[in-house]
Amino acid sequence: MQFDSNSPKGPIEDQWTKHKFDLKLVNPANKRKYKVIVIGSGLAGASASATLGELGYNVSCFCFQDSPRRAHSIAAQGGINAAKNYQNDGDSVHRLFYDTVKGGDFRSRESNVHRLSEVSRNIIDQCVAQGVPFAREYGGTLANRSFGGAQVSRTFYARGQTGQQLLLGAYGALNRQIKTKKVTMYSRHEMVELVVVDGHAKGVVVRDLVSGEVTTHSADAVVMASGGYGNVFYLSTNAKGCNVTATYRAYRKGAGFANPCYTQIHPTCIPVSGDHQSKLTLMSESLRNDGRVWVPKKKGDNRKPADIPEDERDYYLERKYPSFGNLSPRDIASRSAKEVCDAGYGVGPTGLGVYLDFADAIKRMGKETIAARYGNLFEMYERITDENPYERPMRIYPAVHYTMGGLWVDYNLMSNLKGLFVVGEANFSDHGSNRLGASALMQGLADGYFVLPYTIGNYLAGQKPGASDNSPEFKKALDEANDKIKKLMSLKGSKSIDYFHKKLGKVMWENCGMARTKETLTKAIEEIPKIRAEFWADVNVPGDSDDMNQSLEKAGRVADFLEFAEMMCMDALTREESCGGHFRLEHQTEDGEAVRDDENFCHAAIWMHEGDDKKPSRHKEELKFENVKLSTRSYK
Amino acid sequence: MKFSLKVWRQKNKNTKGGFEKYEMKEVSPDSSFLEMIDQLNEQLNTDGKEPVTFDHDCREGICGSCAMVINGRPHGPTDGSTTCQVHMRSFKDGEELVLEPFRAKAFPVIKDLMVDRTAFDRISQEGGYVSVNTGAAGDANIIPIEKEVAEQAFNAAACIGCGACVAACKNSSAMLFVGAKVSHLAAMPQGEPERASRALGMVRKMDEEGFGHCTNQLECEAVCPKLISSENISKLNKEFSIASLLERKSS
Repeated sequence: MQFDSNSPKGPIEDQWTKHKFDLKLVNPANKRKYKVIVIGSGLAGASASATLGELGYNVSCFCFQDSPRRAHSIAAQGGINAAKNYQNDGDSVHRLFYDTVKGGDFRSRESNVHRLSEVSRNIIDQCVAQGVPFAREYGGTLANRSFGGAQVSRTFYARGQTGQQLLLGAYGALNRQIKTKKVTMYSRHEMVELVVVDGHAKGVVVRDLVSGEVTTHSADAVVMASGGYGNVFYLSTNAKGCNVTATYRAYRKGAGFANPCYTQIHPTCIPVSGDHQSKLTLMSESLRNDGRVWVPKKKGDNRKPADIPEDERDYYLERKYPSFGNLSPRDIASRSAKEVCDAGYGVGPTGLGVYLDFADAIKRMGKETIAARYGNLFEMYERITDENPYERPMRIYPAVHYTMGGLWVDYNLMSNLKGLFVVGEANFSDHGSNRLGASALMQGLADGYFVLPYTIGNYLAGQKPGASDNSPEFKKALDEANDKIKKLMSLKGSKSIDYFHKKLGKVMWENCGMARTKETLTKAIEEIPKIRAEFWADVNVPGDSDDMNQSLEKAGRVADFLEFAEMMCMDALTREESCGGHFRLEHQTEDGEAVRDDENFCHAAIWMHEGDDKKPSRHKEELKFENVKLSTRSYK
Repeated sequence: MKFSLKVWRQKNKNTKGGFEKYEMKEVSPDSSFLEMIDQLNEQLNTDGKEPVTFDHDCREGICGSCAMVINGRPHGPTDGSTTCQVHMRSFKDGEELVLEPFRAKAFPVIKDLMVDRTAFDRISQEGGYVSVNTGAAGDANIIPIEKEVAEQAFNAAACIGCGACVAACKNSSAMLFVGAKVSHLAAMPQGEPERASRALGMVRKMDEEGFGHCTNQLECEAVCPKLISSENISKLNKEFSIASLLERKSS
C-alpha cells in the first residue's frame, strides 16, 4: 500500500501559500449543505468545530466529558510556542521549523512542520483577540519564557495554566457557534465505532454515557481530535478518561496507524509514591528555566539535600550538555534521570527520583520572583508531597506524558481513509519521535484553527453533500458496538477492570518504556495476548448497560488498549534504531546517546489492520530531509 | 488509616436516593481522596456490588470535573483545593466521612455523586466569549495591556467551572461563576464591545436555569478551589446595572 504525503512541490517557504491557492473551495452557499462530525473537544477539536461552524458547515461535536471545557488540553501548564521574535533574539519561522525537526530527531515530515511554524504566529494573534490573559511585561507587551530544545525565548504563557486559558478561548469560540446552532454539542457521548462506506468515512456510532443508548450519526466527513494513548501505561500524566478507542476503532476500519511506539516520557513529574496511585502529576518543564537538576555524587547518600555540599552534587545535565544544560530536550533529560537512578544515585524513599533545586534562583532573584513565576506549581507540589519546594528541592522522575504516534495523515491531515481527518495529538505528523515542550498546544490549535478548515474543503468540494445513515454499513457498525457491550456485560468474571489495566501498564512500562530491547519487547508481545485472554474470560463489569455505567466505559477502553499495546511493541521491536523517545538499548553510543539508522529507518512506519488474530502489516512513508540536514542531534 | 464512609447512592434522577455505609481499612495517608474512592470501588467490585459513580478526570485540580460534598463542605476540608487534590492525611484516622453530590435545583443528580452541570455551558453560550472569527485578529502586540490588568483578568479567568460556589450557597446562586467570566472579559479591551450584552445575557440565562439570588454570604468564595474573589460578584452587579440602564435608555 502506498502512503503518499501529498506534500506540495517547490521551496518549502512557499508550499503552504501555494497549496492554499490550489485547494478546491466550497462555495459559501453550499457549505451549509455539508455536515462534519468532530470527535473530541480539546484544543484541536474545539478550535476545528468553532472554525468550521464560522465557515458555515454544520458540525456535530462529541466529547465524553460532561462539558467540552474539560478536555485534557486544559491541564497543559507551561506554554505555547510561536515564532514571533518579540524578544529580538534571532527567532524566525525557519528557526522554529529547524528546532522542531531537530527536536523530533528527524522523524517528522518537513512540509508539515514548516506549515506549523508559519501558522504559529497567527495562533497567538487569534488567542489574544479572544481575550486569553497571557502574561505581560510592564510595558503591556506579551511576555515570553524559554523551553527545552530551543535557545530563543518564544514560549507564550498564562502562569502555569496556559492550556486552560487557551482551551477556554476555544471553548468560547465553540459556544458562540453552539449558540448560532452551527455546532451541535454532544457531551457525555463516546465514539465506539467509525462507519466507512465505499472507502470513505461517513459517520460514527456513539454511546450516550447517561442513558446508555447507542446511536449512529452520519456526516460528509469525520474529524478525529481524540488525543493520545498514554494511558496504555495505566500510570501517566493523562486524565483518567484519555483513551485510544476512537483512533483504534478507525485503525480497525482501515486507517493506517503511524509510529505507535513513539511515546514521550516527561522528565519532570512527581515520583510514584505507592500502589494506591491512580495517575501521575506533571510539574511543568518551565521549571527547568530556573531549577537545577542534580543527584548526590555518592551512591545511596541519604543526607538531607541541604546538608550535601556543592562539590558533592552532580548537576548531570549541566555536566553532560553544557550548551543546553537544564533545558535539554525531554527525551534526553528523561533518559539521563533514568540512568543516574539505575546506577544507584537516585533520591527519595524509592530511589527513583532526582532533585530539581531552586535555591540558586531564589538567592539570585528572590522568593517573590520565583513565586510569581511558579507559585501555583510549587503549591501543587507541596499539596501532593507535603514538602515545601521553597525550602527543599523538588523530587522529580520521568512519567508518560504524550504520544507522538497516531493515525497517519497526509499534508491535508487526511487519513488513507478518505474523508477521515485527524488533528492534534491524535495524528502523527509534526513531532517525529520527540515533541518539544510548548509544541502540543501549538499543533492542536494550528490544526484546528488554521489548517483543517482549508484542507477539509478540498475534500468536501469533490463530494456530493447529503449524509444519511441508511446504508447497511451503519447497521453493521451499530450491531458490532452493541455486541461488544453485550459481551462485556455478560462475562461476570472475578476480576476488576483496573486489575487488568494495571497489569498491562506494568508490562508496558517495564518492557516498552524509557529503554527498550529486543528481549523486553519480545517478552511483552508474549505477555499481552495472555492478559487479553484473561480479560475476556474473567473480567467483571458491574451494573447495567442501559444506564450511566463508568465500569462499562472503562472496560471498553481497556479492551482496546489490550489490543493496541501489542501493535505498539511490534512497532518498537521492528524499529532497530534509537530515535527521540524510542530508545533501544542495542543502539547507543559509548556515552549513552541515541544512534539512529537513517539508511534503514528514515521513514514513518504505518500499521494496517489485517483482521482479528492476524498480524498487522507494516508500510512505510519515506521521510526526506531537504531543508534541515540529517545530522546527529547534539545538545552538548 | 481507617474510615467510616456514608455515601449518597441514587440510581438516577427519577429514583429516590439514600445513604449507604462502608468501612474502609488500610488507606494510605498519601492517597488522594479520589484514590480512596477507587479503593472503595475495588472493594465493592469484589463484593459483587455496583461501584460509586463520581465525576473525575484530570486529577490535578484543573479540569473541574470532580465535585462532591465531603462532611458538608464542597471539595472537602482543604482550602483552595478540588476534591482530587485533597489527601487522606488531611483527615483523622477513624474519622467518619459523609459524601454527598452537589445539591442545587439547576444541577440534577445523574447518579450517586454525579450531577448534571450543563447549565453552566448554557450560561456560557450567552456571551461568555469575544466574538472574533478565526483569522480576523491583528498582531497580538498591537493592543498593549497593563501587566496589572492582565493579572486581574487572569485571576478571574482561572475559574474551572466546577460548581462548588453553587453547592455552597444556600440560594444555589451562580453569581461567582458568572461574575468571574464577566469580569475577566470586562477587564480587557477585547471584551469591551460586547460588555453590556454579555452581562445581560449571562445573568438572564442564570436566572432562567434556576440558580438563586446572591445574598452576600460569600460561602462561594470560601469554598472556591481556585480562590476566585467575591469582588467579581460586585463587578458583575456593576456591569449588569450599567447594562440594564443602557438597555432601558435605548428602548
